[in-house]
Formats: sequence, C-alpha cells, structure tokens
Amino acid sequence: MLKKSMIAATAALALSAGMSAAEDIDIVFVGKNTGNPYFDSLTQGFVDACEVIACNFEFVAPATAEATSQIPFLEAQIQRGVDVIAISPNSPDALNQVFQSARDQGILVLTVNGDITGNEQFRDATILPTDFTKVGADQIEMVGSLIGYEGEIAILSATTEAPDQNFWIEGMNETIANDPKYANMTLVATVYGDDQPEKSTTEMEALLANYPDLKGVIAPTTVGIAAAAQVVQSRGIADQVKVTGLGLPSEMREFIKDGTVEGFQLWSPYNEGWLASHFAVGLKNGTMTNEVGATFEVPNLGTITINDGNSINTQSALTTFNAENIDDFDF
Amino acid sequence: MTFLRSILLRREAGILIMIVIFCAAVGLYKPQFLTGQSLRIVLLLTPLIMIGAMAQMLVLVARHVDLSIGSMLGFSAMVVGLMYREIPDIYWLVGFPVAILTGAILGLGNGLLVTIFKLPSIIVTLGTLSLYRGLTFIISDARQINRSVIPTELKAMSRTSPIFDIPWIILIAFGIAGITYVIARHTQLGRQIYALGSNPEAAPLRGIDVTKVTLIVFTLAGALSGLAGILYASRWGFVNPSNTGAGFEFQVIAAVVIGGVSINGGVGTVMGTVLGVLLLGCVAAALPLLGIPGSTQNAIYGAVILIALLIDRSVRQRGMISVAGAAK
Repeated sequence: MLKKSMIAATAALALSAGMSAAEDIDIVFVGKNTGNPYFDSLTQGFVDACEVIACNFEFVAPATAEATSQIPFLEAQIQRGVDVIAISPNSPDALNQVFQSARDQGILVLTVNGDITGNEQFRDATILPTDFTKVGADQIEMVGSLIGYEGEIAILSATTEAPDQNFWIEGMNETIANDPKYANMTLVATVYGDDQPEKSTTEMEALLANYPDLKGVIAPTTVGIAAAAQVVQSRGIADQVKVTGLGLPSEMREFIKDGTVEGFQLWSPYNEGWLASHFAVGLKNGTMTNEVGATFEVPNLGTITINDGNSINTQSALTTFNAENIDDFDF
Repeated sequence: MTFLRSILLRREAGILIMIVIFCAAVGLYKPQFLTGQSLRIVLLLTPLIMIGAMAQMLVLVARHVDLSIGSMLGFSAMVVGLMYREIPDIYWLVGFPVAILTGAILGLGNGLLVTIFKLPSIIVTLGTLSLYRGLTFIISDARQINRSVIPTELKAMSRTSPIFDIPWIILIAFGIAGITYVIARHTQLGRQIYALGSNPEAAPLRGIDVTKVTLIVFTLAGALSGLAGILYASRWGFVNPSNTGAGFEFQVIAAVVIGGVSINGGVGTVMGTVLGVLLLGCVAAALPLLGIPGSTQNAIYGAVILIALLIDRSVRQRGMISVAGAAK
C-alpha cells in the first residue's frame, strides 16, 4: 500500500513537471512495434483527442512485434502508475499475467485494433476498427466487382500465423464456397509474404507465373497490397490482374492515380485512437459505463454501442478507397 | 586437358554449374521458371545484394568483416528519405551523393574504430550494427518514410530503362561490379587489399600503409551501402526504420562466401561474387514458384547455402588430388 502510494506520488510529481492538470487521465498506448506507419495514424487519434479532453497521452512500442516483446513496456507503465493501458497485443495469451497485475492496481486495460481472443477476461474492453466477421465477405465482393464475378483469384497474406488475416481469410473461403453470387470465382491459392516487400514480391510473381489465368489478388495487409500493386505496375498488366485488399491510402495513392489499382479497402485507424481515448476518459470519470448494450456519444463518430464481449467497433463496414475519394484521406 | 581442368577447377565454373543444375531442376517441375520473365524477376531481386556483396568482398579480402552494412544501408536511406520529406523541392538526384556520403561517413567510423583501437572488425561492426540502427530510429522518430515522399523519378529507376529494356537499378549494380573488378585487378589499391588480407603481418614490410588501406576499405563499404540505401528507396518506395536493410548483412555474406571469397582474407573474385549473388537470387525466386510455404523457405534457403559450400569444397579437394596425381 505504501509502495503504491509512493508510485502514485512519483507519478503525480512527473505529471506536475509536465505542466498538466493533476486530474488528467494518463493514457499509454502500447503499439505492436515501432516504425509501423499504420500506428502513426492510430496514435494521432489519441494525440488529437487528448488535446480536447482531459488526458495525457504517451505512445510506446517494442522494436519488434514478438509475442513477449511488449511485456517490459507494460511492466514499466504499471510501475509508472498510468490510469489506462491501451494496447494492440502481439499475442493472444502471452500478456495475461501482466494484464492481471495492471488491473489489480486499478489500471483500465483496453485492447485496440486486435483482441486477445480466448482470454477476454484479462482486459476490460476491446476497440476494433470494424466488425471483423464481415471483412472476408466484403473483400470477396470487392475483388468480385473488379473482375466481373468470374475467374481465378488468389490471396497474398502477411505471416502464416497472423490471427486477424487468418480470420478474414477463413471468411473469404466461406463466402466464396457458400454464396452463389461468387459461384464462377475460384480461389486458387493463398500465399504469405510475411509483410516483407521482398518476399511479398516473389510470392506475387510466383502467383502470376503459376496461374496465368489469374484475374484478381486480395492482399489483406498493407505491405502485401503495395508489393502486389508494384509487381502489376512494373509488368504493366493492370488490365489483366486486379489487385485489391486492405491498404493505407498514403501508401496506395500512387497506384490508384496511375490506374494500377482501381479500389481497395480499410477503416480509419485514426478513429480507433480517437474513440479509445474518449471511452477511457469517460470510464475513468464515471460518465460512461462498460456494460454490454450501453451506448455513449463520441464527437464526430456519433452513438457508439458496447457489443457482446465488451467489444466496440469504430465503424460498421469497411471504407472503400478509389480514384474519386483517395485524396480525402491523409493517413 | 589441363587447360580445361584448370577452368573447371575455378570456383566460378563450379558456381555456374550449380546455377545451371538448380535452374534446370526447377525447370523440370515448373517450365515457366526457364523464361525471360524469371530472369527479370531474379535480376530485379539482386541489385541491392550485388552492391552490398561488392562492399563485403573487399572487406573480407582485406581479412576483415563488416556486419553493419545493413544498418548503414538503413541509416543512409533514412537520411535521404528525411531530406525528401523535409525539402520536397530538392532535385531528386541530390539523394545519390547524400546517401553515398552518409554511408561513407559511417563506414569511416567503422574503419577508425578498427584502426585506432585495434579492435577486431567483427566486434566493432557488431556494435555499429546496433548503433547505426538505433540512430536510424532516433533521426526518424521511429516513423516510416512513406511512398508519397519518395520522388517519382527515383522510384521509376527500378522500372524504366535507358537501354535494352534493362532497368536502371540493374545496370547500376552491374556497373558497380565492373568498377570493383577494375579496382581489385588493375589498381595499386586492389593489390594492396589482397596483399594485406593474405598476410597482415608482412604487409607493412612490403610498404603497405595498413591503416590507410583499412580505412579506405571500410569507407568504400559504407559508401556502397549508402548507394544500396537510396536504391532501396527506389526499389520499394519507402524507408522503414526497423525493416530497411535488416538482415541484409547475412544475405550479403552468404552470397559472397558462396562466391568463393575466403573469410580468412586474401582470396575472392568479383566474378565469383556476382555468381554467388545470382545463385541466391535464383533460389529466392524459385522457392515460391515451387509452392514451398514461407515457413519452410528459410530452412531451405539456409540448406542451399550449406550444400553449395559443401559441394564446392568436395569438388575442389578432389580436383586438387587429381591435379596432383596428373603432375606426378
């Protein structure tokens, strides 16, 4: 108890040194890894929110996205005595113990952009960008609309063990097998570029060599879709092979502009950070409750509902980016 | 016969035969591997490694090793990327001298640590491998340089061609190999590098300024890594503080060693190194085509490197014996 209050005192000192009001909520966001442009946008959502509501924000992340690499960062933040830990977990189960000790100290634990599936009892709530159960079907519809709902398609994913991608790929397989709308489309291969440009490129080239009749490629990963687009651009075959998937507008703008890619999808990572900080401050101040079915208002996003499993979505469906709207997005 | 045998005994012939056998074997299963398109894929995979391999070859011949070239590549690429981001109006070609100079300074840093403190280069460059990577994070605030920031003309160098439809980036890599050949074979510096590596103790007695040659070798390695850095931005269209150049040193050392460069110094040719790079490029392009899953590819890639080295060693040992026998 004494130790805890000393930590609190130190934290308060650190706070006043930072010239912030003592009652501000301290939020830390632990990213998957540093240098990941996806999290730049997500982090910006937190930063902007903490300029308009009462919170202090800090971003930390390990150098690599390994299962255990976030643990020392979490331990340091627990020591520091933050109020809220938001985290994009690198592992669904390696963090249980450290989450437990955070919550024992009264720290609110929110998973953001990815959940600890199967271990939900170790976090307070999860904020996901969209309803992940619909992503697979949306992506099949996207590629179908580009190839006229007919012909061979392939998937270029991240790593073989990436949980989100595997969940979406499962959805893609189910959709194509069960929905008669896609009866004339065949999924011929699923390959993995490990989110490295070199490997994604060789896998994409191999797809083109092995399946000369390939009509479309879905790359549900930001590195993969850019690499696939670059291969198509370099070969000049945008008319024959349609690349789509999940990508960042800032990385894909060039390919949309020159016609290599007609359309791709994503959500707003920015809104995840924006929503997470409003929700965290609301819970800590007692103006919101973390109960399934409860609703709350977030500026610019409207009414948000807490779904089963204390799961919150920032948007109900994927946003599609194309030549008409790509310039409206700056992340 | 002895002439033919002496050609076959040359390291280069051995690697060339391995490339041919490997490609033919892959071609049996996947005929599409034996097309011009595959050649294009292999050549587009290798320019950065080719340039890095030239740098590493010179360092190894001088009986040193440079583990930091991937970090020097990453740092130089980041400096150039930050320049393009902060000064958007700058003429795009300015990136080349900036990248090469940045790399040269880092390489000189390695050279100074090795010569002043008389530390083994493997220790020094193991340190700067982390140091230069860490500095890349610091100068970039751990943020990626995005595609939109890299000049269109620079990215186009990986696609467009001045001659024979061969992209600029490939021509530059072979150009660097050509220049390295001239340095190694036809300059006093080249002879001094080989002499230093074959017998460091005797080098000063033969009038070689060991400090100067060592500094030049490490600075050249840095400059070439810097060039590879800006070409990374051209080829992939972004610069990432953690990914750009990570693991590059191992690809390069593998290619160079397969190419017959001795880690004991004094031995190594540009032709062998080029072939070593191409063999690894063929393997990297063939594995996905054969449908080998990514998780298995690393293991096979490593196995190929070991097999190449073992075949080469046994062929040459047998060759030595038969040559000795013929001499009797």
